[in-house]
Amino acid sequence: MRASIRFYLGSELHEIGEVSPNTTLLDWLRLDQRRVGSKEGCAEGDCGACTIVVGRLRDGMVRYEAINSCIRPLLSLDGCHILTVEHLKAPDGSLHPVQHAMVDLHASQCGFCTPGFVMSLFAMYLEGAPPDMQRIEDALAGNLCRCTGYRPIVDAALHVLNTPRQEGIVRDMGVRLAALQDRQDIAIEHSSGVYRAPVDCDGLADILSQHPGAVMVAGATDVAHRITKTLERFPLLVDLGRISALREVTADEEHICFGAMADLQTVRANLGTIHPHLDEVMRRFGSEQIRNAGTIGGNIANGSPIGDLPPVLIALGAHLTLRSKAGRREMPLEAFFLEYRKQDRKPGEYLEAIKVPRLPAGALLHVSKISKRFDEDISSVCGAFRIVLGADARITEARLAFGGMAGIPKRAAHAEAALTGSVWSESAAMQAAVELEKDFQPLTDMRASARYRMTVAKNLLRRFALETTQGVPARVAGPLKAVAHA
Amino acid sequence: MLERPHKSSSAKGHVTEPVAHESAHKHVTGEAVYIDDIPEPADTLHICLGLSERAHARVTSLDLSAVAAASRVVGVLSARDIPGANDVSPAGLHDDPVFADGLVMFHGQPMFAVVAETREAARLAARFAKAEYEDLPAVLNVADALAAGSDLVVEGMKLERGDLQSAFDSAPRRIRGAMTIGGQDHFYLEGQIALAVPGEDDDVTVYSSTQHPSEVQHMVSHVLGVASHNVTVEVRRMGGAFGGKETQGNLFAAIAALAAKRFRRAAKLRPDRDDDMVATGKRHDFVAQYDVGFDDEGRILAADFDMAARCGFSGDLSGPVTDRALFHIDNAYFYPAVRAVSRPLRTNTVSNTAFRGFGGPQGMAAAERIIEEVAFATGRDPLDIRKLNFYGTADRHITPYHQTLGDNIIAELVGQLERTSDYRARRNSIREANQKSPIIRRGIALTPVKFGISFTATWFNQAGALVHVYRDGSVQLNHGGTEMGQGLHQKVSQIVAQEFGIDLSRIRITATSTGKVPNTSATAASSGTDLNGAAALEAARTIRQRLTTFAAERWKVSAVSVAFRDNHVVAGDQRMSFADLVNAAYMARVQLSATGFYKTPNIHWDRAAGRGHPFYYFAYGAAVSEVAIDTLTGEYCVERVDILHDVGRSLNPAIDRGQIEGGFVQGQGWLTTEELWWDDKGRLRTHAPSTYKIPVASDRPRIFNVGFFNAENPEQTVHRSKAVGEPPFMLAFSVLHALSDAVASVANYKFCPRLDTPATPERILFAVEDMRARDEGTAP
Repeated sequence: MRASIRFYLGSELHEIGEVSPNTTLLDWLRLDQRRVGSKEGCAEGDCGACTIVVGRLRDGMVRYEAINSCIRPLLSLDGCHILTVEHLKAPDGSLHPVQHAMVDLHASQCGFCTPGFVMSLFAMYLEGAPPDMQRIEDALAGNLCRCTGYRPIVDAALHVLNTPRQEGIVRDMGVRLAALQDRQDIAIEHSSGVYRAPVDCDGLADILSQHPGAVMVAGATDVAHRITKTLERFPLLVDLGRISALREVTADEEHICFGAMADLQTVRANLGTIHPHLDEVMRRFGSEQIRNAGTIGGNIANGSPIGDLPPVLIALGAHLTLRSKAGRREMPLEAFFLEYRKQDRKPGEYLEAIKVPRLPAGALLHVSKISKRFDEDISSVCGAFRIVLGADARITEARLAFGGMAGIPKRAAHAEAALTGSVWSESAAMQAAVELEKDFQPLTDMRASARYRMTVAKNLLRRFALETTQGVPARVAGPLKAVAHA
Repeated sequence: MLERPHKSSSAKGHVTEPVAHESAHKHVTGEAVYIDDIPEPADTLHICLGLSERAHARVTSLDLSAVAAASRVVGVLSARDIPGANDVSPAGLHDDPVFADGLVMFHGQPMFAVVAETREAARLAARFAKAEYEDLPAVLNVADALAAGSDLVVEGMKLERGDLQSAFDSAPRRIRGAMTIGGQDHFYLEGQIALAVPGEDDDVTVYSSTQHPSEVQHMVSHVLGVASHNVTVEVRRMGGAFGGKETQGNLFAAIAALAAKRFRRAAKLRPDRDDDMVATGKRHDFVAQYDVGFDDEGRILAADFDMAARCGFSGDLSGPVTDRALFHIDNAYFYPAVRAVSRPLRTNTVSNTAFRGFGGPQGMAAAERIIEEVAFATGRDPLDIRKLNFYGTADRHITPYHQTLGDNIIAELVGQLERTSDYRARRNSIREANQKSPIIRRGIALTPVKFGISFTATWFNQAGALVHVYRDGSVQLNHGGTEMGQGLHQKVSQIVAQEFGIDLSRIRITATSTGKVPNTSATAASSGTDLNGAAALEAARTIRQRLTTFAAERWKVSAVSVAFRDNHVVAGDQRMSFADLVNAAYMARVQLSATGFYKTPNIHWDRAAGRGHPFYYFAYGAAVSEVAIDTLTGEYCVERVDILHDVGRSLNPAIDRGQIEGGFVQGQGWLTTEELWWDDKGRLRTHAPSTYKIPVASDRPRIFNVGFFNAENPEQTVHRSKAVGEPPFMLAFSVLHALSDAVASVANYKFCPRLDTPATPERILFAVEDMRARDEGTAP
């Protein structure tokens, strides 16, 4: 058992004991360390001004990724290498190539968002990303700029990713981070709350059996809002981030099985092998920073009616495993969601794994995420559909799952029934669409009206049919965009 | 007066050069200091506001005892703790309390402030307030306000020219309609913030993220009940402003100063983003009602506009904002007979304020809508209707406010863009292709901009500057303008470097401070460079003239032979480095410091009469946008934009291009995805970037061609440049009208889609459905 965390900030090793579990990395950097280059723009992980780069050991290599420091509990960074905008200049004061490109291409105006953009670009630089426009737009979708209109920033990215990379800041960190790894649980007691980070599932089950009401944190991209916005102060925060067993992903010809702590980038890479629509919905899941931090388990267990993964996984027929000291139980994902913000998770239980079947023979899949802004937005409606066609081209099974249409991610039972047994066609889709009115009474809120949600839900079934039966291009943006006519 | 720049200096960084923003190196390294980055004085206190939870109510009790007793709280402040006036109305209307006193007028109105040892402690404590309310009827939007006959926050304005009634009577065709035009949150990345440091006696220094340090100074003195000379306001840079820090910083600065003086410790107020968005004003949303008479060709004969605006609970700048909506009700079009009235309506929502364009965009939205109506009614290309109705140069050139346009270049500019963008051919191919594309439809539109430059409050059109030359030849420059990212400081430095013939690196610009240049105007109305650049030039010229006289006497040459170039001062075969000459001048007791002052000539305005010459000149531009929409979902994408914009003679093409592109994308956001949404309790539910969606990188136009129209300003502005801050914002109407074009394709262009804004995917989809319904004759 350890009562402190250790990480590198640049080349400095920090060992920290007495810190509240409610302290964010950004506050620690700005208030404690007086490193004020990273900015707070929103304190909810949406504007990217606080973006920093974190290196973590993964399979013996250091993987560097951009994350939002404003919604990252400091104590969750044990064993990491943290780089902020202040680390980029060379010792002789010369600018890093990323910084140079930003200056030369006039990519800053007010400058407040700039450190965040620099760090997002720096993460791409370290990753060795190709100068690919889609990749750049994806990496920058979590950084808001209100001044430039983005063109010069994208140009700076293209420029710097087209030039040979230099190593420098991150040399030899693998060995140094490896020296920090141990198999000890972390327990830090602070006057404002207790932080526990067990290293294995048994340790986690023990803690949860003693403290069944404890708040669990995975990537913190949702839980941290309760710290920064609703100002909850958790008496006990249980961090699942050190349990490597929960990060495991196994794949065979039938299934992909995700540990609950698999991060969303890993989820994207794996689900993308099933169908291109899954890659696309994951591409648009939050932002790069969020995908680097958030987990599949977190997106399910927080029970949001508008999370993007649940409808997708329900359509795919995923099952999840819940575990506690008493043992394991399994259920279809749709059974987990009981009502708005209420799930079938008993005290002491945690989400262990999600098992996703690959597509059966004859299956057609479709996923559409509809939001006010195309990238980096929360769905107003997310539709995920899987139908299986029998030998006579009739639908033998239909799974139509929606987010944003009810208090929980939910299947459209009437519409599914209407489809089952019919020949898949645009008219079958449109007949089933009418049935959605029996399945859902969506709400009007700031994201969309009830009428829009229902209209779009119906039209998505039609889009599914058009795309799969007529090859009619029906996407206006993103990688699935229809090939431009004329 | 102002003359053309000198030529052929090898010194670096003069006007017309695309040098980088003066702080670019500091931006990218994180070394640029914003107010929250300033090292805090010892024992700095932190403030959190307590906000109203009702839209309109009497506060029957406000129990702050638990707040005061909370951990690490030093004290609470409310209306009764204000020694001076409980008012920060920028317009002198006394309707903008610092703290609501017994009556709350909008959901989110500050009622008290808690002052604590840390920001966290202050935020935690603020939740312990116990307020009891007695609800009053709340008027939340324009429709309700019109229905309820709400009062006006200031008197409306009326512009009138020509015989409207007979023009309508004789017009062959006539259309009436209405358009809802949404508001917009500034979403400056750096939120509102103020740090106040108490001094001796009544003194206080306030670091405020403000576009208007002089007003903050006056408001702080007003609230503290001390003289202005006690208050120094300083701002080095803002992390974005866009009008949102023209008046909205006043309250934060006043409260920080109040706490600093009360507790005799430095005090900082930095609201959380959500509080910032809830408690500060935004762009006004409008309902525009229009009535247009025209002939069969599409020539407008009569136009009548009623512009009703949601102003919120107080006046703030709503008077001049709604005035400017009327000043741009014509955009670039001549109305032979016209009437336009404004209705600045009081509502129980946050008090709306300045935002890039300052009402102009809303007026222009109505102008472009009637063009579109006429185009659909006549079945002609909207561009032809636009061109048919453009102002003339020799006739048809009198505006609704009776100013004669003297610098009209819109026809030539649009003609050039029409060619370079290949508008006609693209429009044809889009129309053909749409017939073969059942789901994805494309649209294209070219829209013009004409924007009047000058504050319509004539007295604001003045500026001061202070230039010091030190003995080593380095120059320290200060002026009344503020830097919010627009590159003002660099442009003004370039002007001064050029005047002295020295490298830009020899000029050091310092933080804007009311202690250096007094009684300044807001950096607003796109006027920053026009005013402050001219004032700085004047100051530099004064010093240069002294140096010229000194050199002429020393070298026994005529003053006209003395030139400043290449970091040297030369006259015939005499040559001395600028630094050496400066030092020699010092030794000879020549004054090396000067102030400069500038006021815009030839402007006047009589609001009551609706007549005058409010604008010194106009900036012009035009844009072509091409979009694609998905008729199943309303989703869309801006595929290509071509812009031709008039910046006069560009002082810095890199900075000007940045203003054009950035303004365009911000305008695109306003017209597309940026939706402010209040619930029926008057609570703003889009109060953070998770719910309020400004454009991201992938929203920028895929192809983005930007060109400058090649002409200098015929007026004698500084180096014949033109203002560039606001006009490009309105180029984004091309996106709205391209979306409209794509929507109209669904009914084969028979009907005007009448898109309201913001044209969210939802609005696009419903407009598509409406087109289909009308096409089938099932529309009501």
